[in-house]
Amino acid sequence: MSARKAVQGDGLIHVPSGEVHATLKGYLIGFGLSVVLTAVPFWLVMNGAIESKPVTAFVIMAFAAVQIVVHMVFFLHMSPKSENGWTILALIFTLVIVFITLSGSLWVMYHLNINMMPGHNMSGM
Amino acid sequence: MTVTSKSAVPVFYVAEEHDHPEGVSTPLGFWIYLMSDCLIFAVLFAVFGVLGGSYAAGPAPKDLFDLKLVALNTTMLLLSSITYGFSVLTMEKGRAGATQLWLAVTALFGAAFIGIELHEFAHMIGEGATPQRSAFLSSFFTLVGTHGLHVTFGLVWMVTLMVQVARHGLIEANKRRLMCLSMFWHFLDVVWIGVFTFVYLMGVLR
Repeated sequence: MSARKAVQGDGLIHVPSGEVHATLKGYLIGFGLSVVLTAVPFWLVMNGAIESKPVTAFVIMAFAAVQIVVHMVFFLHMSPKSENGWTILALIFTLVIVFITLSGSLWVMYHLNINMMPGHNMSGM
Repeated sequence: MTVTSKSAVPVFYVAEEHDHPEGVSTPLGFWIYLMSDCLIFAVLFAVFGVLGGSYAAGPAPKDLFDLKLVALNTTMLLLSSITYGFSVLTMEKGRAGATQLWLAVTALFGAAFIGIELHEFAHMIGEGATPQRSAFLSSFFTLVGTHGLHVTFGLVWMVTLMVQVARHGLIEANKRRLMCLSMFWHFLDVVWIGVFTFVYLMGVLR
């Protein structure tokens, strides 16, 4: 034990992170929020509460984004402190890759579709 | 001044690996696995985003999806999330019996989710909306099926851990495993938020 402490003093070992402990209150808050954040988008789409479809789409995407954050915080106990910040770093890196994958694929394939429409006449070339 | 032969030779590296308490890096490692799983789903979402409108004159989301059923399914998964939370709370108090009871409840909700999903798939395939019908349906079945497969393996894992806890009690290793499954289970719920928003709700809106 004393040997380990000495090594820790040299900064060679990571101090075991402060575990984020789950609480009943946290789970119940998270559950309550996610019920509301799920119910509202379903209600919006099933009853057509908003006339404009693009607006509805935007609103339900916003609800999804908020709900994902709620789940991350209350159920997955994400915090910048857990594992000395390594989990949040891995998460941010993943989100960047996910963003590039999604936006890049949609962008490239959209333009490919436009340029390869059957009606597109190439005789001018 | 006496110099021992040991300290005469300077050492510039750690001769012996420092002490790793058992399992201390498991949660981080498992988190990184989940992030890699997240990339799999990102790719499947991207494929669905590109092909989701290619119906090949076949059925469209509006003809196929029953939002009431999807809402019921989402409820099952949400309830299973909170009951897994209760399982973790009782685990931290060291109550093995209660932990297993909540695990069993979670597994039942998970099984209900899979049952409803399979019922939906069977209904769709019965109507001729098979994965081969159109690019939309291929990408739909791949994305939603991959999620369902994850939930199924989560259920297998859950039953395994119930047996483990019954045999060995709430030892450190079992607690660690239960926390990893907790991450896995809640992560699948996060993916499902993306599925019901982008596939089902946006599909019906289209």
